[in-house]
Amino acid sequence: MSGIPGALDAIPILGIVFQLIGYVLDNLQYVSSTTVAVAVPITLAALCGVMCERSGVVNIGLEGIMLTAAFVGWFVAAEAATSMGAGTPSPYFGITAPLLIGVAAAIVAGMLVSLLHAWLSISLRIDQIISGTIINIGAAGITGYMYSLISGQSLVGAGQFQAFQPPAGVVNIPVVGWLINAVLNQGPVGLVTIVIVIILQVMLFRSRWGLRTRASGEHPRAAETVGIDVVWLRYRNVVASGALAALGGVWLSMEQTGNFNAGMTQGRGFIGLAAMIVGRWTPLGAFGAALLFASVTGLSQSLTISQPTGDLGNLINGVPGEFWEALPYIITIVVLAGLIGRSIAPAADGQPYERESAS
Amino acid sequence: MSGSGQTATSRSSPRVWIRALLWTLAESIVAILVAVVLGGIGIFLFSGLLPNHSAFDLGLPVAAYGALWSGAVTYPRGVGSTLAYSTPLILAGLGVGLGFKAGLFNIGGRGQFLMGTIGALAVVTLFGNSLPGFATIAIALVVAAIFGGFAGFIPGALKATSGAHEVVTTIMLNYVFVFVTYWAISGPLRLPRSPQAVTVDVGTRGAALGTTSFFGVDIFGPNAHWGVWLAVAAIPLVWFLLYRTTLGFEIRAAGANSDAARYAGMKTRQLVVLTMSLAGALCGLAGGTTLLGVVHQIAPGYDTTIGFDAITVALLGRSNPIGIALAGLLLGGMRAGSQSMQISPGVPGELVDALQAIILLFLVINMLRRLRLRRHAEGPTEASAEPYGLGAVATEAAQ
Repeated sequence: MSGIPGALDAIPILGIVFQLIGYVLDNLQYVSSTTVAVAVPITLAALCGVMCERSGVVNIGLEGIMLTAAFVGWFVAAEAATSMGAGTPSPYFGITAPLLIGVAAAIVAGMLVSLLHAWLSISLRIDQIISGTIINIGAAGITGYMYSLISGQSLVGAGQFQAFQPPAGVVNIPVVGWLINAVLNQGPVGLVTIVIVIILQVMLFRSRWGLRTRASGEHPRAAETVGIDVVWLRYRNVVASGALAALGGVWLSMEQTGNFNAGMTQGRGFIGLAAMIVGRWTPLGAFGAALLFASVTGLSQSLTISQPTGDLGNLINGVPGEFWEALPYIITIVVLAGLIGRSIAPAADGQPYERESAS
Repeated sequence: MSGSGQTATSRSSPRVWIRALLWTLAESIVAILVAVVLGGIGIFLFSGLLPNHSAFDLGLPVAAYGALWSGAVTYPRGVGSTLAYSTPLILAGLGVGLGFKAGLFNIGGRGQFLMGTIGALAVVTLFGNSLPGFATIAIALVVAAIFGGFAGFIPGALKATSGAHEVVTTIMLNYVFVFVTYWAISGPLRLPRSPQAVTVDVGTRGAALGTTSFFGVDIFGPNAHWGVWLAVAAIPLVWFLLYRTTLGFEIRAAGANSDAARYAGMKTRQLVVLTMSLAGALCGLAGGTTLLGVVHQIAPGYDTTIGFDAITVALLGRSNPIGIALAGLLLGGMRAGSQSMQISPGVPGELVDALQAIILLFLVINMLRRLRLRRHAEGPTEASAEPYGLGAVATEAAQ
């Protein structure tokens, strides 16, 4: 693109826009695979939210579920590695037995935390936002406590999953090769996430389970009259969706890094919640919203690392770096505020359901 | 709302009112005791992970709680630091509680607190040399409230104009304000000619809040600061606002039933904006007093856990200003005590966060049980599927 700007610089704003487009095109292949990776935990949190809210349960405890799963997965894998040896990583994804045990433990932990949320909000009919808040505070406190205890022991983690390397023949396909690489150059959780998005999208709108889920989220009383057990269905959805948020936690502590840190979710659960709303409570939409957030994150990181030249560079240098870091959040707020009204929540979302009793 | 029937009866008879108060206290105490016992079991189970401690050490929970207690209540040091920790908790708790009354869930305490900090710091940095100390402090606190109020105004206005839910927008804004704070501390508010990125020490500009002296007698020792009087003054002010003014009535009405309030001719959208701004101002004031009274000088990475702490305080205090004062003292004491607990038996201070969650959990379960018992006595009602949460908390506190 470097040849064109000379003429366009006469019109400053247009010139900068063209330079930005050029910059993005130049850097796309470097930014894109991290973009998909950044979107993975947000997508998983959003999918958990979609499953809960489509059946009528608001879940703002996503953050806490992810954090618990991230800790439990990392801790159990590390303990397993110290007691049975780390084992040799398999050539695919660097899978080892301790890592798999950690993943299983993380999923169980995430589902247990979800079970607590389900019990509080479905059976006890506590305000679901308060229930989620309790889970978030508790997860931060308990994982922080355990992490402080363990940090005195210099426990070595069980390592991390490796990203899949697409064969060179695929990567070098002209025009679309970089895109395929961006999608496929992920660890196991990342690849599974893309599959889950598609399966869940089809299930939600094409299966009996999906129809029942949406019915109990829109009009639980009507659903009950045609024989759907709304309470049981909501329980199943909330607990099962805990496994998805737990995978997000696994991604944080066992795929992106091989470590756990106190508060390492850094609001991804809440961003997932926003992605769910922006994506209009559909799996594909949520994935798209997460990709939007992630690509702004990737672009702003790239802008601070490899700075563009010319007018665009001057403009970017004039703005403090913190602005670029805050930009994904600002864009989320703007999109959220702009979409509301056109993005409508399930009608019975957040409302506890009580069966009509015979008495 | 589920509690509205009881509101009428409890107004009529003081005996019923006192019984409700005693029940509320008993529930809180039970929740706290359960949390203490469960926390003790947690310390006991994982004592082997601490250096210099055997596994399953029965003495460790006792030692930890002993240190927590003495760190919170020994006079004057413990009491002083309890008050210093309680001051922002009460101020921000009042802010979050005000939101609860209006049916708003403000998780933006963190961002509002940080903006208040930045506002106060900007005043001290700009005018600290040219104004007398008390004037700097007064202006700094006012600006802290304005900055915090602005941080609360944004999600309020977003909710009023576009309907964007405040839970999501306040959390997104928290991250934005964290970056704003980071930028301000490392940029315009950075102390010039200093090797590290730090801000001005408010003490060197005569803007540090002094100790709580009373006719020349230092009552609460060096750990406390007179910002605590601000919290003490805010309690009756917020109570008066809520229960003795038209605005307060409208806030409570909008919180109990937004549609009914709109039918009655109240401007509910403006109420949302106003309540969020007031809540933000109180959280901003918490940030200002913490800067001027406790930390004095901040560096990049300065952060707070006040957002969720204030939610705990407001829920534990049933959104009632007096309840919030008590809950703020309790949580402030736990925070103060956790410092000495972390030093002497070495139990991590994050225990307090876990205790907080357990207290809330059992508090909500206890309240629920009572409401359900009462409903059984009264027979089934129409609104039996109402959630027991914000609404129940708000109506109950309205008694």
